[in-house]
Amino acid sequence: MNKKNTEYLINRKDNQYEVVIGLEVHAQVLSESKLFSSSSTKFGAEPNTQVSLVDAAFPGMLPVINEFCIKQAIKTGIGLNAKINKRSVFDRKNYFYADLPQGYQISQFKDPIVGEGKVILDMPNGQKEVGIERLHLEQDAGKSIHDLDPQNTFVDLNRSGVALMEIVSKPDLRSPDEVNAYIKKLRSIMRYLGTCDGNMQEGSLRADVNVSVRPKGSKEFGTRCEIKNVNSIKFMQMAIEYEANRQVDLIEEGKTIDQETRLFDTKKNETRSMRSKEDAHDYRYFPDPDLLPLEVSEKFIEELKNDIPELPDDKKKRFIEEFKLSPYEANILVSDIDTAKYFEEVVAKMGKNKDIKLAVNWITGELFAILNSKGLEISQSPVSAKNFAILINLIKNGTISGKIAKTVFELMIDGDKDPQKIVEEKGLKQQSDPKALEALIDKIINENREKAIEYKQGKEKLFGFFVGQAMKASGGKANPQLINEILKKKL
Amino acid sequence: MSDITKQSLTELVENIKNKKLSSTDVTKAFIQRSEKSSELNAYITDDFAPALDKAKKFDQNPNLDLKLPGIPMAVKDLFCTKNVKTTAGSKILNNFVPTYESTVTENIWNEGAILLGKLNCDEFAMGSSNETSHFGNVQNPIDKNLVPGGSSGGSASAVAGQLTPITIGTDTGGSIRQPASFTGIVGLKPTYGSCSRYGIVAFASSLDQAGPMAQNVKDCALLQEVISTYDSKDSTSINFKRNHYSKELTKNIKGKKIGIPKEYRVDGMPKEIEDLWQKGIQYVKDCGAETIDISLPHTSYALPTYYIVAPAEASSNLARYDGVKYGYRAKGENLIDMYEKTRSEGFGAEVQRRIMIGTYVLSSGYYDAYYLKAQKVRKLIKNDFDEAYKKVDAILTPSTPSSAFKIGEKTNDPVSMYLNDIFTVPVNLAGLPGISIPAGHDTKGYPLGLQIIGKAFDEQNILNIAFAMEEKINFKNKITDWWIK
Repeated sequence: MNKKNTEYLINRKDNQYEVVIGLEVHAQVLSESKLFSSSSTKFGAEPNTQVSLVDAAFPGMLPVINEFCIKQAIKTGIGLNAKINKRSVFDRKNYFYADLPQGYQISQFKDPIVGEGKVILDMPNGQKEVGIERLHLEQDAGKSIHDLDPQNTFVDLNRSGVALMEIVSKPDLRSPDEVNAYIKKLRSIMRYLGTCDGNMQEGSLRADVNVSVRPKGSKEFGTRCEIKNVNSIKFMQMAIEYEANRQVDLIEEGKTIDQETRLFDTKKNETRSMRSKEDAHDYRYFPDPDLLPLEVSEKFIEELKNDIPELPDDKKKRFIEEFKLSPYEANILVSDIDTAKYFEEVVAKMGKNKDIKLAVNWITGELFAILNSKGLEISQSPVSAKNFAILINLIKNGTISGKIAKTVFELMIDGDKDPQKIVEEKGLKQQSDPKALEALIDKIINENREKAIEYKQGKEKLFGFFVGQAMKASGGKANPQLINEILKKKL
Repeated sequence: MSDITKQSLTELVENIKNKKLSSTDVTKAFIQRSEKSSELNAYITDDFAPALDKAKKFDQNPNLDLKLPGIPMAVKDLFCTKNVKTTAGSKILNNFVPTYESTVTENIWNEGAILLGKLNCDEFAMGSSNETSHFGNVQNPIDKNLVPGGSSGGSASAVAGQLTPITIGTDTGGSIRQPASFTGIVGLKPTYGSCSRYGIVAFASSLDQAGPMAQNVKDCALLQEVISTYDSKDSTSINFKRNHYSKELTKNIKGKKIGIPKEYRVDGMPKEIEDLWQKGIQYVKDCGAETIDISLPHTSYALPTYYIVAPAEASSNLARYDGVKYGYRAKGENLIDMYEKTRSEGFGAEVQRRIMIGTYVLSSGYYDAYYLKAQKVRKLIKNDFDEAYKKVDAILTPSTPSSAFKIGEKTNDPVSMYLNDIFTVPVNLAGLPGISIPAGHDTKGYPLGLQIIGKAFDEQNILNIAFAMEEKINFKNKITDWWIK
């Protein structure tokens, strides 16, 4: 791998290969009920407890579109800067499987609800635009469980009929890092919109990864392989790396690549063939006659547009302009909606005389560290934005030093305590009375006469010793800036 | 009251409301006659004992404001009925007991009617003679060994044979109108979207429609009034202003313009059908209406179009019968083996044929040539009617190209069987309402029907025309009770 110019290339002898990647991301629509029935979508329920007669495809049962899911898909389309199709059609994708009760999946084939759009990625070497081909709505299937019984397969239909958005990218991605950035960006946008919780552990976000390789500089696409249903960014990256190298090896050996569907084995870290193009299903797509074409008005779309919150790209721009943050800092704060929310609340609570840089440093430093060590999301932060803002203000106005603030912060964690109260109760207020400090320093100089003489004779590093002694004598509360000034004068 | 079963629905409702009859009297009479009529094989499942209980309960505290107060009624076994076995005439649903009720039957029970049982039909409503039913063929009360038509053959036989005062069938390509015509009764296929499809075992979703089958037009109008409701559980249900069909029923059709489409004069049509049609034209004229020759140029494409669209949808609709969740399951080595055995053993030959046709026309490489082309032709057929309705208020045609045929006569010739639907399928393809009324007899004394096709949502108009014609025709069904033991 050549990391020069941050270009991801695969090298073999004299040849360099570029990797071309397109993703089909399946994002579960954040919705209380399923796409065509009123069953709950709550994760982790007992098997087959969230199944309606429609989900289990009983005779005579009919799908009815959940309008909320339509709104969610359109909002996502708006967030992807995409064309919203006023007329879309639900089709049946026909195939037999035990966890597909209808014998077909209701999906959108020719006329998806959302057309072309784009997503901007922030890469180390600048911005990169990734095209969106389309977004369509479809039902999820149930789940086959093969490992509960040696003879039988069990089927859990809780997921059957849950709404998914399939977001198809153009083949614009060129490296595992870009895939990482792309998935994170999609996830971020959808979490801002509240259209998908992006929870990969619970399967709310998973992807089919299309990989092909071609000689560097070539304009034509190579034969692609599709790696099905990968459910973590890390696995996607590993799968791409393996698959791209496999394809390059085939080319180098003078062999051809078969267009096929492959599976990623996470234990062996390799992809293997699932079915070839010849074995591909004939899904016999046709418009679902139980559902009329979906038509949405301009007004309906406009109302949803008015409902769109500030999205990460805009928020980042505003943070840079309004708060004078660096693009790097702004990125960290906006990439997750809850971090952005927390930050903005801290800013609001800090009031007029605020030090935003200091707040950013504390959020990305102390707060992130504590969240990391406790395995918590920022939405579960043990310190509220309000108390966090008070703490920053205490530092800013010199009530406590940065060092003491760390002690106070430790104490705040337990029960989201008010830092002001902690400072008062523990007497941690910074000593900034020059007279008191002068007396304290006089005393120290007196007690350490010899060292004072040595310092005057040129042993300058002894200055630190005196600062340390003064801080120690004050129980760490002395204003370090004043200590420095007084010491310089007195010595 | 030995003549209870000879009374029309309207008479029975009146007699119950006047307290001349109790629901128990009426229910008992129909149960007794049904029990003596096993040779017709009209029922797949009877619900007689619970029906009698319900009748007694009704009589204890009768609500006489209802439209069908204590009226017993058997229904086609394509309607899911809560806690009563629903088979769709198929082995694959032989043991299926729904936990839910179809909207159409729910509407009927809500108006006070009582379920007598489930009536025989062609398997998944695929057939024109009721011979594809897993539960055996149905006899036509008109004559032994005569098919009652299909797919609502059990329903037609039960009304004509007076085993139920009235019933409901379903019509995908003629399954109400053709058996009505074969048995000398009235059958209405409403506008697509008029009656909810919720809880009806699906055959072809874009064509299926439930409708009443009755002894006369007034009864038909009354039941249509009950079953036609907007239903949010069916996305194709249409929210339009529905008439009080029975109250607004009138014989005054003076000045109505009735179209006579020349394309329905098909090659090889028996002379007696042509004669019947001419008589029908005279009847509407006698009623003060005017007839106008019209053209529906794409009529000849309707049958092939239908036999692409309907099997395509059916092949997908029937995929859910896979042995996994409910219904018949064969033992298999693995999942695929279980599917193959379940579906080979569970479905009959005609259903399998249509699944094969449907799968074929939807498969990649053939989709454009068949399914897509058929959808385009379907649009042209609808346009024909739209054009015609600029000039006329309704269209009059024969219901079928022949009278009822013998059991077994056409079972080995599917195409000749399909030809039975030639006058009825265009109406389904266009989503229009159509009614078949008995209008005469052929030389063998078998009933023949005439069809009146209306504009979408204009059920009232074709009911009125049928009502006016009914009086002029004064049809008497020749029922000899040959099957009663």
